[in-house]
Amino acid sequence: MSEPKNTVSAKDVRKIACLSRLHVEDSQCAALADELNGILGWIEQLSEVDCEGVEPMTSAVDMRAPMRIDEITDGDKRDDILKNAPKKDDGFFVVPRSVE
Amino acid sequence: MTDLTKLTLSGALDGMAAGEFSSAELTQAHIEACVKAAKLNAFITDTHELALEQAKASDARRVKGEVGLLEGAPLAIKDLFCTEGVKTCAGSKILGDFTPTYESSVTANMKADGMVMLGKLNLDEFAMGSSNETSAYGPVINPWRKGEDLVPGGSSGGSAAAVAADLCLGATATDTGGSIRQPASFTGTVGIKPTYGRCSRWGTVAFASSLDQAGPIAKTVKDAAILLESMSGYDAKDSTSLNVDVPKWSESCGKSVKGLRIGIPKEYTIEGMPAEIQALWDKGMAWMKDAGAEIVPITLPHTKYALPAYYVVAPAEASSNLARYDGMRYGLRVDGSDLNDTYERTRTEGFGAEVRRRIMIGTYVLSAGYYDAYYLRAQKVRSRIVEDFETAWQSCDAILTPTAPSAPFAVGRKVNDPVKMYLNDIFTVTTNLAGLPGISVPAGLDKDGLPLGLQIIGRALDEDTVFKAASALEQAAGFTAKPEMWWV
Repeated sequence: MSEPKNTVSAKDVRKIACLSRLHVEDSQCAALADELNGILGWIEQLSEVDCEGVEPMTSAVDMRAPMRIDEITDGDKRDDILKNAPKKDDGFFVVPRSVE
Repeated sequence: MTDLTKLTLSGALDGMAAGEFSSAELTQAHIEACVKAAKLNAFITDTHELALEQAKASDARRVKGEVGLLEGAPLAIKDLFCTEGVKTCAGSKILGDFTPTYESSVTANMKADGMVMLGKLNLDEFAMGSSNETSAYGPVINPWRKGEDLVPGGSSGGSAAAVAADLCLGATATDTGGSIRQPASFTGTVGIKPTYGRCSRWGTVAFASSLDQAGPIAKTVKDAAILLESMSGYDAKDSTSLNVDVPKWSESCGKSVKGLRIGIPKEYTIEGMPAEIQALWDKGMAWMKDAGAEIVPITLPHTKYALPAYYVVAPAEASSNLARYDGMRYGLRVDGSDLNDTYERTRTEGFGAEVRRRIMIGTYVLSAGYYDAYYLRAQKVRSRIVEDFETAWQSCDAILTPTAPSAPFAVGRKVNDPVKMYLNDIFTVTTNLAGLPGISVPAGLDKDGLPLGLQIIGRALDEDTVFKAASALEQAAGFTAKPEMWWV
């Protein structure tokens, strides 16, 4: 399997920014690509580690996900939930139009 | 009356129990110290009036014989823990004036134990940083000085600075890659990150969920044990909370370490580490030996890969956790031309440069085509690091290392070099990846008179041994130095 080398281009930065919902000016893309390549280049040393047959670790504790009875344990907090909303009206969040 | 801010938490609790002073008096003394220490920028939000009310209520409870574990003690809370009715912003502009309508489980435990809260402490934005310079509220300044302003470490820089400057008797902190222990080392304080799952993560602003763990920063090992006893405990609201008893760790402090096997990992001797840190580490070994412990050379072969693995796993989890900040339900909203533009403007203005950088790295390593090569590989390397420790535990009971590869450095020195900044966590990050407890104990001063810490790492859930060993180290080191109060 070939490992990715320092390949982040200015175009990739634009794509990553879009996936991250971050705005990047065209003039910043090249500098950001250099910065990310610096970090990713350093991360690349992970390819030296022999990971043959090793299970990926997904949790820091050796435990099974706990189960509980499927019942309502909390709720009826509309005003609490809306309290910090940047815009609200009549018990609803107000958001920009998303359907034409 | 003696200066009440110079007391330890344990000493203050004893003093109140003996009726030598009230919580109101103790709290007032600490509020005055906080007001005089504005230059340190340790707090984002002061809650002094609330603290005085809580102190009076505590004094009234004491009269009735209701005395909790932290009864009447003025403490401070890292601004990553949600506190009901008190602004919680994680050092970020994106949360705006977010004021939770609920209390984090950790602070709820402490309130139930009688804590008095002086305020919310400054930190690196979303706990992402090793110097407290990424905070949207400006850097915290280390009480320890050397001609110029030094960083207090991070991300719990406000917690460490406030404890070191005697502004509070102890503080909460969180540790994702070293954020409790490195600032403790930089400020001559004690900081412990317990086993992952000891402290509930519910109501604590999330950074990297498989690594985040709360713990205290305190003046002494025993104070740290008392605080951790209060902060810990099973919580059904956190699915990774461990349903295990909370031992009386404060009683482990001072117990003999005779026969304890202390591992010394050869991989922690790194290129470019100051000779003074190696010398202090050697001293630590001698102290443990003198106290009756046995020194055992061990090997943790994958140590050098811990930081790069961390800088895949942590940003990946962060990019996912921080997706919630979209400007719709709470915090900042910057209006754009349409919904997507509003998201982008909100997040770009709301997040600082380091947070944006980590979100982008995380998004990249999780994106199609790169997931296996970066994220999956990092998770496998994480398994290798756990195996290293499991092998080591066959020949030792605890591990002794330096806490950080340097003394505190000047504000602004490393801020433009991310990888150099990341290297601060080289000795602490392995325990986050493996979920193990680690404590930093102040052990000496360098040639410039700045504090240096040593770290003890223990087996999962064996904080008992960690506290015993740390306490032996503390006794032998006899660290009593305090920074000059230049900020008053």
